[in-house]
Amino acid sequence: MHDMGGLPAGPVEKDEHDPSLAERRVDALMSLLMSPAVAAFNVDEMRRTIESLPREVYERHDYYERWLLTIESLLVEKGLLTRAEIEARIAALEADGHD
Amino acid sequence: MTERRFADGTLVRVRDLPVKGHMRTPSYVRGRQGRIESCQGGFPNPEERAYGSDGLPPRPLYHVRFQQRDLWPGYAGPAADSLSLDLFEHWLEPAHGA
Amino acid sequence: MAHDHEHPHPARSDHGSHAWERREAAIRSLLIEKGLLTADAIRAKIEEWEQKTPALGARIVARAWSDPAFEARLLSDANAAAAELGIEARGVKIVALKNTPRLHHLVVCTLCSCYPRALLGLPPAWYKAPAYRSRAVSEPRAVLAEFGTRLPPEIEVKVVDSTADCRYLVLPLRPAGTEGWSEERLAAIVGRDSMIGVAQAQAARA
Repeated sequence: MHDMGGLPAGPVEKDEHDPSLAERRVDALMSLLMSPAVAAFNVDEMRRTIESLPREVYERHDYYERWLLTIESLLVEKGLLTRAEIEARIAALEADGHD
Repeated sequence: MTERRFADGTLVRVRDLPVKGHMRTPSYVRGRQGRIESCQGGFPNPEERAYGSDGLPPRPLYHVRFQQRDLWPGYAGPAADSLSLDLFEHWLEPAHGA
Repeated sequence: MAHDHEHPHPARSDHGSHAWERREAAIRSLLIEKGLLTADAIRAKIEEWEQKTPALGARIVARAWSDPAFEARLLSDANAAAAELGIEARGVKIVALKNTPRLHHLVVCTLCSCYPRALLGLPPAWYKAPAYRSRAVSEPRAVLAEFGTRLPPEIEVKVVDSTADCRYLVLPLRPAGTEGWSEERLAAIVGRDSMIGVAQAQAARA
């Protein structure tokens, strides 16, 4: 469904919102993880992963949220992080009141 | 890179390969006829890189031009309107005009 | 007349926003602890991207308008031409697309959101959204009209879809009435949208 050239769509909404700090952080993570120095994954693996997000996930999340899901999925796929430790860290941050 | 197969100006058709995973050939050009504008150079194959391979040796990547009226039934703009994109050699075959 | 109760639809709820930011913080902190990244590297990368704005592309366009030999080098090897101005564009091949009185280019990435970030910074949200990605290829003139750009039929509209590792920068037509302008003055009238191709450069910026 990423292959959308020529599909019917509505008017272009001139959304000009500047990325928030959180969004810029996701962007930076993505850049660094794909940089030659880190090389956790490459851009084609990243695109492949975004393209395989289930439709309802793709539609429920916006651009940077999808990127974060993609980063998480690849880090787990590559064995660099586990889902369990990610969820544990989220729970710890929540308990600390990190909003 | 491997020696390029298509010279600038060659008429080509986009193959409809049964690739199931990641690829960068949009469906709107599949089966369509266009013309080679230039060769961008050799690039590793993203279809292989997407799954952990290095995608080497580099393959020729072409900039291919299409007339819009050949891509979209009932295209509303002038006949001269065109579209171009980058396609890998293995997605192209020689065409002989329609 | 019936009064419609319209409920606002925020991009995401506060609860969703907090959850998402927490997930980002969790992943980031784990990557730092495991030594894959450092907090300094992340900060430096954010700052690096903040320095990348359309002003970089505008300088390149202004130089090309002022210096035909530079324009020729730009059209032949845009990465090298950008480097002459101290603008670094590594990792992707940048190609400059010259607009003429008979040819207007429009750039899109239908498959994702490829964009010449090294020269223009982060892409606008509309460039990454389905409406533009779907319609720029099949009805470019209608999309251009939505941006207030109307081109007569004698001008060929050429859409360029960024499907591989090449990134495209439109070299807009130099407007009439700018003869003798300094490069600085020229750069000031080259907006991001003219380098994507949804707008043309105007001698008087709105």
